[in-house]
Amino acid sequence: MQSAIPKPSPAGKILWAAIAIVGAWCLGVVALRRGEPINAIWLVTASIAVFLIGYRFYSRMIATRVLQLDPSRATPSVLRNDGLDYVPTDRWVVFGHHFAAIAGAGPLVGPVLAAQMGYLPGTLWILVGVVFAGAVQDFMILGLSLRRDGRSLGHMLREELGEVPGVIAMVGVLVLMMIVLAVLALVVVKALTHSPWGTFTVAATIPIALLMGVYLRFVRPGRILEVSIIGLILLLASIWYGKTVNDTPALAALFDFDAKALAWLLIGYGFFASVLPVWLLLAPRDYLSTFLKIGTIALLALAIFLAAPTLQMPAVTKFIDGTGPVFAGNLFPFLFITIACGAVSGWHSIIASGTTPKLLANEGEARLVGYGGMLMEAFVAIMALIAAASLHPGVYFAMNSPGALVGTTAEQAAQTISSWGFLVTPAELTDTARNIGESTILGRAGGAPTLAVGMAQLLHGIMPGEGMMALWYHYAILFEALFILTTVDAGTRVGRFMIQELAGMAWAPLKQTESWVGNIVATVICVGLWGYFLYQGAVDPLGGINTLWPLFGIANQMLAAIALMLATVVTVKLKRQRYVLVPAVPAAWLVICTLTAGWQKIFDAKISFTAAAQKYADAMASGKLLAPAKSMDEMQRIITNNRVDMGLTALFMLLVLTMLFFSLRSIVRAWRATHPTAHEEPYVALSSVAQ
Amino acid sequence: MEANASGSRSLWQWAVQTARLCCGVPDYDVYVRHLREHHPERPVPSYGEFFRERQEARYRGTGGRCC
Repeated sequence: MQSAIPKPSPAGKILWAAIAIVGAWCLGVVALRRGEPINAIWLVTASIAVFLIGYRFYSRMIATRVLQLDPSRATPSVLRNDGLDYVPTDRWVVFGHHFAAIAGAGPLVGPVLAAQMGYLPGTLWILVGVVFAGAVQDFMILGLSLRRDGRSLGHMLREELGEVPGVIAMVGVLVLMMIVLAVLALVVVKALTHSPWGTFTVAATIPIALLMGVYLRFVRPGRILEVSIIGLILLLASIWYGKTVNDTPALAALFDFDAKALAWLLIGYGFFASVLPVWLLLAPRDYLSTFLKIGTIALLALAIFLAAPTLQMPAVTKFIDGTGPVFAGNLFPFLFITIACGAVSGWHSIIASGTTPKLLANEGEARLVGYGGMLMEAFVAIMALIAAASLHPGVYFAMNSPGALVGTTAEQAAQTISSWGFLVTPAELTDTARNIGESTILGRAGGAPTLAVGMAQLLHGIMPGEGMMALWYHYAILFEALFILTTVDAGTRVGRFMIQELAGMAWAPLKQTESWVGNIVATVICVGLWGYFLYQGAVDPLGGINTLWPLFGIANQMLAAIALMLATVVTVKLKRQRYVLVPAVPAAWLVICTLTAGWQKIFDAKISFTAAAQKYADAMASGKLLAPAKSMDEMQRIITNNRVDMGLTALFMLLVLTMLFFSLRSIVRAWRATHPTAHEEPYVALSSVAQ
Repeated sequence: MEANASGSRSLWQWAVQTARLCCGVPDYDVYVRHLREHHPERPVPSYGEFFRERQEARYRGTGGRCC
């Protein structure tokens, strides 16, 4: 294989040495400069240099040695070309499609929450994580699926590991999805609580989507671009009109909801959106949110490059000791759980074994799409981190800390946060709220509002104007809410199909996805599952995100661990044991992180769900009420919720351990075998099928 | 000048094709060519029919979206 790699030219060597020196220099500035704030451009340059080097050297090693991709081998799109699902497609088109499918709210939220420890720990984990874990997972799963007719992750797990682990992984994916939907919906709830402007604009997307759906179906069928432009104009108009709604008390009252009411509204919305015909509501929203997502990521990049903000958050804060207000727990393992998407995300393994392998025209292009696509997502995560770290730390902590810790008025919050060493005045907090057109910025955890304030300040710095910051803020909130809600309704639909498939294993008639009864029952179960966790988050004493985000992180990293274990098993089955560490090291790291985090969430005296339940149970036993509970019933509910979370954490740990057992069993068997035992499809030469 | 014009046109085509694919709609012309070459007996759907079929297929199950 050695000879397959061409020797680099002298000019190439000089270029890569220069990139390495620039990258190392910038990283040194980011990591070692203390006492004076640094500019975000150092961080951007260091990241780009790391991505380039990771792509040029590590991904090439994986392509040629580990996966042994062969440009002369026919891909599924060529072999099974049907013009619809399997279509050989230009690699840059596939790249764009793949990136749009993997990029979501995850890489925007996690890094913002992790900024409580300073920008340095998050940055280092994103850079190291993506090069050695996240991009490796996406790339290897894509490579495996390419050799297996574009089969899905679940299917490959059943083939390579066995029937039972396949079904177990499917249950894991379903539970993960419910947590994802709940936590993302909670981000929207947190952003819209008592925000008439935000709630109005998000509500306006429903009639706009219905209008787009009808237009696309009956007026001008299939004109996606045209209808999306109309939709975008209407959305911008709704943001502009939102100010009038906000300033008119009679109108504002109609769109002013507390967290509980918003949770119920979202649950109802999720149900209807997923049982209505897709062309009416789901699809048009999906189109709009896809385009808006890409546009806004581009806008964020532009804002950071033009504004070149100074990072106001310290490189490392005192909260690395685990006492932080945004999420509880030590740097290890909770940083690696909090930043999932952006560093490594298990969910991508589903996309990388979904539509993408059915589109690649050549195996050689998997490296650009799989590894390169994930590097792009890591860059989005770095930008989100920059937007959060460029905020005044006092404002950052006021937005993201639970009311139970910092108080519910600007005076209390400013005092508490200043006592942590982040000096801030009540006036600074109320001024920020007024600038963005909101009554308060307190208790807006979940990343989206913080990112929106960060973006609004960056954009306002480039294009100043009276009242413009409020418009930018609500634009950013709207776009995040829009694509989160699209995930919620599409996810509910997918969850419904998965529930029907699982239930169909027990009783065949439940499998029929056309039957209305099966439909409604499965949808109610699906909405009920994520709705339970959403409602729990809305009434949570610590604001919900603090409780639910670690559960989401554990679940997502668990899936990534499963995908990387599959990659490890296949590497051994192909008798390429020399390279087994490439997928095995990140797999082991994720197993260690998820199990440690899970253990602490069950048994730790301070941060566990068990301790939280015990605290309320003790208070109840002595007849005392603990905030935010206002009655013994609510006390009881908080206890139950914490016990459910505890049970769920235990379930995730059990899933990881079971999959670890099955993987090790397959590895030992394959290691002993004298021949390759992987289930690859036979080689077909591209030249023999290409037209 | 000419190379430039065709360059920007292919960039536009690339953008349109990518945008459509992101919404689950593959290239219509490619599908029609595929039908004519391999299944000449089948009727060729109009773009509207093709679009509707793809829209239904996108939300039929599996896959889904990322967090």
